[in-house]
Amino acid sequence: MKRLLKTLKGLWSLVVGLKITGVELFKPWLTVHYPRQEVDNLGGYRGHIELMPAADDPLTARCIMCWKCVEICPSRCISLRMHAKGEEAGADPGLLLAPEVKSPFSAHLAPPPDKIERVLDSYRLNYSLCSLCGLCVQSCPVDAIRFSRNSYLVGTTRQSFELDLLARLRNPVDASRRRDQNARA
Amino acid sequence: MIAELTALLSHPLWRMIAALAAVMAFLAVNGLVLLYAERKVAGFIQRRPGPYEVGPHGLLQPFADAGKLISKQLVTPMGADRLLFWLAPLLSLAPVVVCFLPIPFSPVLTGMDINLGLLLILAFSGLNTLALCLAGWGSNNKYSLLGAARAVAQSVAYEIPLLLAVLAVAFQVGSLDLSAIAAPQTKGLLSWNVFVQPLAFVIFFISAVAETNRAPFDLPEAESELTAGFHTEYSGMGFGIFFLAEYSYMVVVCSVATALFLGGWDGPVFPGPWWFLGKVFALVFALMWFRWTFPRVRFDQLLNVCWKWMIPLGLANLAATAFLVKWVH
Repeated sequence: MKRLLKTLKGLWSLVVGLKITGVELFKPWLTVHYPRQEVDNLGGYRGHIELMPAADDPLTARCIMCWKCVEICPSRCISLRMHAKGEEAGADPGLLLAPEVKSPFSAHLAPPPDKIERVLDSYRLNYSLCSLCGLCVQSCPVDAIRFSRNSYLVGTTRQSFELDLLARLRNPVDASRRRDQNARA
Repeated sequence: MIAELTALLSHPLWRMIAALAAVMAFLAVNGLVLLYAERKVAGFIQRRPGPYEVGPHGLLQPFADAGKLISKQLVTPMGADRLLFWLAPLLSLAPVVVCFLPIPFSPVLTGMDINLGLLLILAFSGLNTLALCLAGWGSNNKYSLLGAARAVAQSVAYEIPLLLAVLAVAFQVGSLDLSAIAAPQTKGLLSWNVFVQPLAFVIFFISAVAETNRAPFDLPEAESELTAGFHTEYSGMGFGIFFLAEYSYMVVVCSVATALFLGGWDGPVFPGPWWFLGKVFALVFALMWFRWTFPRVRFDQLLNVCWKWMIPLGLANLAATAFLVKWVH
């Protein structure tokens, strides 16, 4: 008798199981259908770094070209080019640093920007080398770089991961996406 | 023209040939539809869209799958028995076509009027066990062999309660002809055998799940234990044919269940083959629903359910039916 009851209980549990899946069958999808939908909970996502715009002009970078990010990066994936204001672009950036600095990669002695006024020509990131350690973001004295929330970065060549962050800052499409992110954050 | 065609089809031989051709076409379409339906049901139960990218709502997905399977190279594993290995998938699919012949989709739409229709289906569907056995034996693979051993033990065990359930209905009607069994059930819902023989229906349907090797009784191909069981070594169309055969057997058992228990072509309005097909696919849906609800049982549990519950219950049901039939007459 006890065994029969146990069996009947087991049989009933099958019906309960069917009811659960039967109800789930008619509920809406839970998965995010990627190319058509995107997730919006990327608050803690660390994508490649991106440049922050200056306070007065959204199309200029806040970067003061102090070279700290370039120097601290253990993977050597950041490279920037600049020229002194009034000089021609493409000049050796080393000349803009203090005279005792022999290489652009030992630039803690770079003079503050008020001594030599500089213009950023390009800020490139080789994302294929980046390990997302975040030292560049931490070391930036003016918070000019941050992690982007670009989680949908796809490429088929190594070159497609060599990102021109200055161009990205100036690109209106990317800029509007950043505005959305800021609004959501 | 139509009169001549009807006259031609009234000859049993021509009718059978026409029915065989129709069944083969139906099986191909059925395979495509059920492949899509199974993946959609699985997706929806798990609250995701299922196939979606190929064609609108993924409708062309089965064609893409079929194209892939057909275009793949046929590989015979090293050390396999070539003859048995390639005979097995064919032996699995070929008998299904015959199984459809005696199924009464409607009084007119029956491939072959034969008074042993039920026996024909049971006999030919039994060949599937042999096919699985050959596939496992011929593959020269331990997983395949284990899968085949399980398939044989399972099929042999569950054929008994299946037969007992079928026999109970056959005793009651006094015929093995599916049309003759379905015909008395067309007098409204309460005349359906599922209400006269509820226990037999339950036993039949559970045995049918086991006979078609569907989850939760899919031990011969249990992927978490045996890779893919008896069809581990099959790729391309070898696997495709096993797949097609599985879906075809699902339709066969559901058709038999419909004819035996669910009133055949009977319906509240416009009785006809559409009602029969509707019931068949409702049962097929139930099989899919089972698959995505219940976890796979262990092999000893599987055989315990059969030998300790289904067969005694089936025997008791059969004895009661026999007693009642004799007593009433």
